[in-house]
Amino acid sequence: MSDELTRRQFLIRSAKAGASVVAACAIGYWFYDSNAPESSPDQKSSILLPDFSIPELGKKMSIVRGQNRSETLRAALKALGGIEIFIKNGDRVLLKVNAAFASPPMLSATTHPHVVSELTDLCYKIGAASVWVTDNPINDPVSCFGLSGIAEAADSAGARVILPNDNLFKPATLPDANLIKNWPVLYEPFKDINKVIGIAQIKDHHRSGASMVMKNWYGLLGGRRNIFHQDIHNIIKELAMMVKPTLVVLDGTTSMMTNGPTGGSLSDLKQTNTMIVGTDQVATDAFGAGLLGKNISDLPYIAKVEAKGIGTADYQSLNPIELSI
Amino acid sequence: MNIITTRRICQVFFLIIFLWFCVVTTLGKEWWQLRGWPVNWIIQMDPLVGLGTLLSTHVLYAGLLWGLATVVLTILLGRFFCGWVCPFGSIHQFVGYLGKRNKRVSQKVRVNRYHSGQSIKYWILIFLLTAAIIEIATDVALLPRNRLWLFITIALALLIVIAIQGARQTLNSYKRTILLYSTLIFIWLLLSFLLNGDQRPSASLQIGLLDPIPLLYRSINFILLPLLDRTALKLQTVPRFYEGTWLIGAIFISAVLLNLMIPRFYCRFVCPLGALFGVLNRFALWRIGKSKEECIDCQLCQKNCEGACQPTSRIRIRECVLCLNCLDDCHHGLMTFQTAPSAAGEIISPDLTRREFMVTAISGAAAISTLRIGGRIGPNWNPRLVRPPGSLAENEFLTRCIKCGQCMRICPTNVIHPATLEGGLEGLWTPILNFRIGTSGCQHNCIACGNLCPTAAIRPISLDERLGRNQYSSQGPIIIGTAFIDRGRCLPWAMDTPCIVCQENCPVSPKAIITREFFSTIKTPTPLVIKKASELSIKFQSDVLVPDQFATGDYYCVVQESSEIRRRRIIGNTTNGFQVSDALPFESPPLPGSRVEILIRLQKPYVDPKRCIGCGVCEHECPVKGKRAIRVTAENESRSREHRLIV
Repeated sequence: MSDELTRRQFLIRSAKAGASVVAACAIGYWFYDSNAPESSPDQKSSILLPDFSIPELGKKMSIVRGQNRSETLRAALKALGGIEIFIKNGDRVLLKVNAAFASPPMLSATTHPHVVSELTDLCYKIGAASVWVTDNPINDPVSCFGLSGIAEAADSAGARVILPNDNLFKPATLPDANLIKNWPVLYEPFKDINKVIGIAQIKDHHRSGASMVMKNWYGLLGGRRNIFHQDIHNIIKELAMMVKPTLVVLDGTTSMMTNGPTGGSLSDLKQTNTMIVGTDQVATDAFGAGLLGKNISDLPYIAKVEAKGIGTADYQSLNPIELSI
Repeated sequence: MNIITTRRICQVFFLIIFLWFCVVTTLGKEWWQLRGWPVNWIIQMDPLVGLGTLLSTHVLYAGLLWGLATVVLTILLGRFFCGWVCPFGSIHQFVGYLGKRNKRVSQKVRVNRYHSGQSIKYWILIFLLTAAIIEIATDVALLPRNRLWLFITIALALLIVIAIQGARQTLNSYKRTILLYSTLIFIWLLLSFLLNGDQRPSASLQIGLLDPIPLLYRSINFILLPLLDRTALKLQTVPRFYEGTWLIGAIFISAVLLNLMIPRFYCRFVCPLGALFGVLNRFALWRIGKSKEECIDCQLCQKNCEGACQPTSRIRIRECVLCLNCLDDCHHGLMTFQTAPSAAGEIISPDLTRREFMVTAISGAAAISTLRIGGRIGPNWNPRLVRPPGSLAENEFLTRCIKCGQCMRICPTNVIHPATLEGGLEGLWTPILNFRIGTSGCQHNCIACGNLCPTAAIRPISLDERLGRNQYSSQGPIIIGTAFIDRGRCLPWAMDTPCIVCQENCPVSPKAIITREFFSTIKTPTPLVIKKASELSIKFQSDVLVPDQFATGDYYCVVQESSEIRRRRIIGNTTNGFQVSDALPFESPPLPGSRVEILIRLQKPYVDPKRCIGCGVCEHECPVKGKRAIRVTAENESRSREHRLIV
């Protein structure tokens, strides 16, 4: 074979070089951008949690005194007409518990597991298709649901726990809100359900005054939600505007009177032996304030929520059914 | 079944067991999570861990007794662990196989030839063990001072041995031996008076740097499993982070890829565990060798020799990892595993001169002593080095921690991380708490790390001990550090902004963060002068306010120059006026012309050092996310008296 370049070889090589040049230029042209990147605009989001309330049932409330959570819960629901007026055959129910801390049930920093299992049982008895339990805790989620006993209670009653992860949050915007704007909210668990029950534990809370039903919705926020502590009363107001539950349960069997919201000692607790169930989250919290020894004016968020027309702080106006067992 | 197939099955079995133990080291109740799986078994079988901790702590902790089984089997059989059990070795063998797959026989024989560099692993072993033995060595050196009679007995015993031995020697070598003996005794006496008995150097266990089992654990726990967490096969609900993994990853990848050049590179040149086995297999009852000296010298037995122990000629029995490939590859049936030594002879001693031994041993001792001059364990301790609850005092901690990362893997909140240089060079890859990462601080009700630690560098504490309950109530909870508030960054302290997230999340009861109420005057564009006022509202002369700017519930007003000086909560405002809460109406409305000040109510956080346990939940939750406004350092940690903060 000769070392000299033949014309044929030269032409072939020229053709290949030409094709490479064209390809390089085409790629360059294809990706050419004369503009610098703009600052990324906030994603517009119109996601909103659906309304799970049943308006035709009106505002109801029952207050049952007793030590056994299962019994007081059953009695309180019965007083309102039974769980069947809220949950129907085939319903898919989400229980929003308070699982904020990796703390045992004895310390009452989280929703008591008996309330979760009792409510799950009741839902299934009435024919609910599925019951889900969720929260976005402050401590490690697995530890929180584990140590609080909620995971086990849910498991044994047949409810499924949804642990939060980044994929479950979607940016939500609440109309007329100053704080919940394009804010990540634990949205996915709400997508395939049609009933929501909020289950809160009555606790002292140093910044807002008290953590009850409305403060419990804080656990639906994601992202850097801690910054909302700068405007705690307005964020609670907006949460109460955002979540429209079917039913709320406020557990005041053992109330955390001091050192809230973490507690950590039995000496922080007091037996107040009361279970409150209702459809008006403002009224339940207004009643709960009394169990903590507080006035409604000590909790500015209550007046704010009331002013938005979400409920009434004058719980007596609902003619609550009061029982003792 | 062919013996080679048996070996491969065994290797695969232990590799799978190893990986399985990595997977199940996940807190939870599922069958694939930690529910009593013996996840430390392979670490415990590693006799270098047992020997290292034995030398540095003088005890063989709990499960490390398993190492004895490995030692006994190695003494009887040889380096079976390397060839049959070690999961890192199996990885090397497999990658090495990939590397030489398409090579010619002569090339294979060449890469499996013995290399004098293979003695480096003995240097490494000696270096690491002298670092661990330094405390015992000092004790021995101090014998003449502390136990004179014992010293004299030893000296006399040595003399008798030399005298008996000398009877068989020439006069010249006898003289030399006596000279050596006298020098040794002289140096010993000299040392005992030079060394200060009160300033004994504490040992430093550094075998974990290169011991293959901890090394592989680190690589899997900090790199492979966290990568897996980012796929659909995740083991954790939240993907894990580990700081400084680049170095661990670089070492792992290099060790694995070097097999493409020379099979079992790590095993042959680096592995201190292999070196230990090489020392132990001297008296092995069965050994690889040729049954007849003469053969055609085809060298096929070296084609797949994993240990590069040259079975063709005088076999280097120290290097033989019992892969048994030579048995299979010899077409003449000459290679055997037998009680008699190889017919072609054996080279028993490692390729190590006395001088090399002395140099590495002295280097090991000198390295640790030199590092200690930095004072990291003493007055120059690093306050950022917050250790998990139950950790021993730093000098004892460093005699036990093998840097395996089991504590970091099991930690449910991912708050334990491998230290880079926070604990000095000696503390490389030891556990340190990083409250910026993970799902929470160090959770109050958790004692997982200490109960998993294979060497008790973190003690297996009970929940009662951690929390200072029941029988531990007199000594109080275990403190791992103290939180300090950075008043220049804290929102209520520096920026008139309410917050107290740290106080709320403090898990201690009563809380270790207390707040004090403080009212700070808000600047308004112009002074607020009353135009008219009623019991619950005030109107100003000018329109200067933003509507509902002061309606957060945190703002108060006070009327100046009046008898009515009590603060009232503002519940809403317009551009030129506001309403106050009906909890405290003005009994007599303030007069027009009076000036009004608007105040913001702040709760300023303070840390109570008597209550703070250093869990770092506050630091984790602090909304000042960049450099946190409350940060935990190791001040007041229970494990050290010297770090005590308060009386």
